[in-house]
Amino acid sequence: MSDEEAVEAKKKVVDEDTRRDFLIWTTSAVSAFGVGMAAWPFIDQMNPAADTLALASTEVDLSPIEEGQSITVVWRGKPVFIRHRTTAEIDEAQKVSLDDLRHKESDEDRAQKPEWLVMVGVCTHLGCIPLGQSGTDEKGEFGGWFCPCHGSHYDTSGRIRKGPAPDNLLIPPYEFIDDMVIKIG
Amino acid sequence: MNTAKKSFLLRAALAILMSCYVFFVVPSEGQAAKSVTLPKREWSFSGLFGTFDRASAQRGFQVYREICAGCHSLDLIAFRNLSGLGYTEGQIKEFAAEYEIEDGPNEEGEFFTRPGRPADYFPSPYSNKKAAAAANNGKAPPDLSLITKARAGGGDSSIRYSLKNPGGYALGADYLFALLMGYEEPPEDFEGDNYNRYFPGGSIAMAQPIEDESVEYSDGTEASLQQIALDVTTFLAWAAEPELEARKRLGIKVILFLAFLTALLYVLKRKIWSDIH
Amino acid sequence: MAKSGTKFQSNSKIINWIEYRLPIFSFLHNSLGAGYATPKNLNYWWNFGSLAGLALIIMVVTGIVLAMNYTPHVDHAFNSVERIMRDVNFGWLLRYIHMNGGSLFFIVVYIHIFRGLYFGSYKNPRELLWIIGILILLAMMATAFIGYVLPWGQMSYWGATVITSLFSAIPVIGDDIVTLLWGGFTVDNPTLNRFFSLHYLLPFVIIGLVFMHVWALHIHGSNNPTGVEVKSPKEESIPFHPYYTVKDFFGVGVTLVIFSVFVFFAPNYFGEADNYIMADPLATPAHIVPEWYFLPFYAILRAFTVDFIGIPAKLLGVAAMFGSILILALLPWLDRSKVRSAKYRPIYKQFYWIFVFDCLLLGYVGGHPPEGLLVTMGQIGTAYYFIHILVLVPLIGIFETPEPLPDSIAVKAGDKPSTAEQ
Repeated sequence: MSDEEAVEAKKKVVDEDTRRDFLIWTTSAVSAFGVGMAAWPFIDQMNPAADTLALASTEVDLSPIEEGQSITVVWRGKPVFIRHRTTAEIDEAQKVSLDDLRHKESDEDRAQKPEWLVMVGVCTHLGCIPLGQSGTDEKGEFGGWFCPCHGSHYDTSGRIRKGPAPDNLLIPPYEFIDDMVIKIG
Repeated sequence: MNTAKKSFLLRAALAILMSCYVFFVVPSEGQAAKSVTLPKREWSFSGLFGTFDRASAQRGFQVYREICAGCHSLDLIAFRNLSGLGYTEGQIKEFAAEYEIEDGPNEEGEFFTRPGRPADYFPSPYSNKKAAAAANNGKAPPDLSLITKARAGGGDSSIRYSLKNPGGYALGADYLFALLMGYEEPPEDFEGDNYNRYFPGGSIAMAQPIEDESVEYSDGTEASLQQIALDVTTFLAWAAEPELEARKRLGIKVILFLAFLTALLYVLKRKIWSDIH
Repeated sequence: MAKSGTKFQSNSKIINWIEYRLPIFSFLHNSLGAGYATPKNLNYWWNFGSLAGLALIIMVVTGIVLAMNYTPHVDHAFNSVERIMRDVNFGWLLRYIHMNGGSLFFIVVYIHIFRGLYFGSYKNPRELLWIIGILILLAMMATAFIGYVLPWGQMSYWGATVITSLFSAIPVIGDDIVTLLWGGFTVDNPTLNRFFSLHYLLPFVIIGLVFMHVWALHIHGSNNPTGVEVKSPKEESIPFHPYYTVKDFFGVGVTLVIFSVFVFFAPNYFGEADNYIMADPLATPAHIVPEWYFLPFYAILRAFTVDFIGIPAKLLGVAAMFGSILILALLPWLDRSKVRSAKYRPIYKQFYWIFVFDCLLLGYVGGHPPEGLLVTMGQIGTAYYFIHILVLVPLIGIFETPEPLPDSIAVKAGDKPSTAEQ
């Protein structure tokens, strides 16, 4: 074999190897893409299913709730407190200075319409359900709600005033779809 | 081993084979006489790219509400699912609100009814299966949510493995359509409830549910028996397999991808094996 | 050509650090990598082992996520499956893959078994490999049967009733065993609960058995189409990787294409229509048929219609059904022929195909109501099944004159070995 021929032969082997490597990489990339796509259904099945999502929003008719009364509705598996506040309660909530608050929120920011207070009834401390919904419940030192687990006191706007809870009771997203009907979520 | 023995064994084997063949063919010929062949239809949702004819399914939904729902439940379908038939959110709310749904207990511990919401399921016409049976001469009308899947094979599961039906199973939709059209004058020696030539055994408890003009279609389509049967079958086929369109769409993509990958693997396999002799 | 049986080595410090403490890389190298010498003449029938592994992985992975969404209670099981089909994201896909995956698993395993029967893969020194394989088949059958009960349709319920009732055929204690299996006086909630538990457990037993199966395989390596042992590893074997890895992956690709056609376009082809009706303990379907992969065994079960020498027909049927699988374990000793591959066994080869036909015939009979001639066909088919294994295989092994074997597997197809000339 001449030198030239040997070089040719060697080049051919190298070419073959390059083509082979290219094929291996292409096939691996395509396979990896396939495995990645196939993994998605296995992950996505853990996300909320269609029937769960269908219950993501709740409509509530407010008309039967009289002034000074509260109801509890279930929204996404959690209790939501809806209170038809009295003028006295509204006044009390609105005149509180923000400086007195641990979690500074004005009552106007918390209630879309002052007479209706809508909030998630889960204590922001460790997740207990505060008292204060029925007339006979203990309402705490600020006349709103009181969490018996670790003694958090909430005012008539549902804001934390005393006790270990860090934040005010959460306001869920809601909108008035007409005067007396709200849609939570 | 000597040749005589060899050929004896071979002949014995051949004999068994022959007898099996005879047994094989004879019974399936015999069975064919008994069963009725279902007329096959080309449905809007059959085939690789089939989709539910929305207009037909919407009319079928009207048929279900006005006729079938009197006796048959549709347990697995919620009002919200109707979006799959092309209804808007507003329309779905209206449909739902037409139904009274039992709910409760309320604060006083009592059960009450309220207008339906999109997340609610179609209420059943009877409070339980026994009530349904009692109101229908002892036979509870079947739930219709899965009826086209549950009747694949024409309501007779032995057809499934028949050599006469190499496709494996007749679409339940074909059976349902044929059944709705299959009420006829009974033969003279007929004994039973209602005669239907496509119902296994011929005697069906359900009296003919639809005929010409049984409904007045809101879209103005002429309501012939055949049209009604076709529409309600399309609706129920959708109710049984609401995932059908998504399934076929994804299927085509997956198969094309896998075919491409397999072709690549084949080329790679040839390449890698090229040095093996 | 790459050399087979190379030793594992790496330049990576991290890999060597791990390798020194846990030799996992050399383990993989020697079992699935270039370190595993494999006969170079394996045909595509040898793909079905890895395909069975693929099916097992598919079933375990989809099964785990389905279990996240399933409720094992008689009041909720059926609807929870329909919720998976309708509401859970991609639930229909996962469930249809699992449903058809069962059929895939059995198809590839049956082909794998018949490959072993044709090429004599069960013979010395691979007897234990074969027996572990039969244990895998038994575990698969138990898992499949139990899994079929979970959707709680009509066929689930009545299939469970019929099959668990088989145990009542056991003399004296049979009825007590059935009550024990049911946890009640009929198939009911306790039965469903324990079936769910076992359906989750058994696949891991199968994985354990598969591990032993593959371990045993690696001791003497794969059999091959000639049935002649590898004599000179250098010339007759090639490294498993990349040759057989790429070949197996190609097989996986082809299989997945076919599988996808069923999953996406005929997902209920192998299913029973009646299983889309919720279980009703007061109404039996007209024909109770098991899934297709049990049909031959179902035919054997039903073949016994009269009591025989004081043994009730029911017990005979049950014993024959279980026996039909268990006697396969005796094959390595029933088959006296020293030649493995049916390629060189002219008589055995013909009876092999009759046996295949017989199994298909039993499957056909099992899928039909036991009426008229079908009963006779089932009986002949059953008799032949046992005669083949217990009588014909030993006799052929003794009396058959095999064709001369090639000197080595390296002899190319078409090249007749010199001794074959007449």
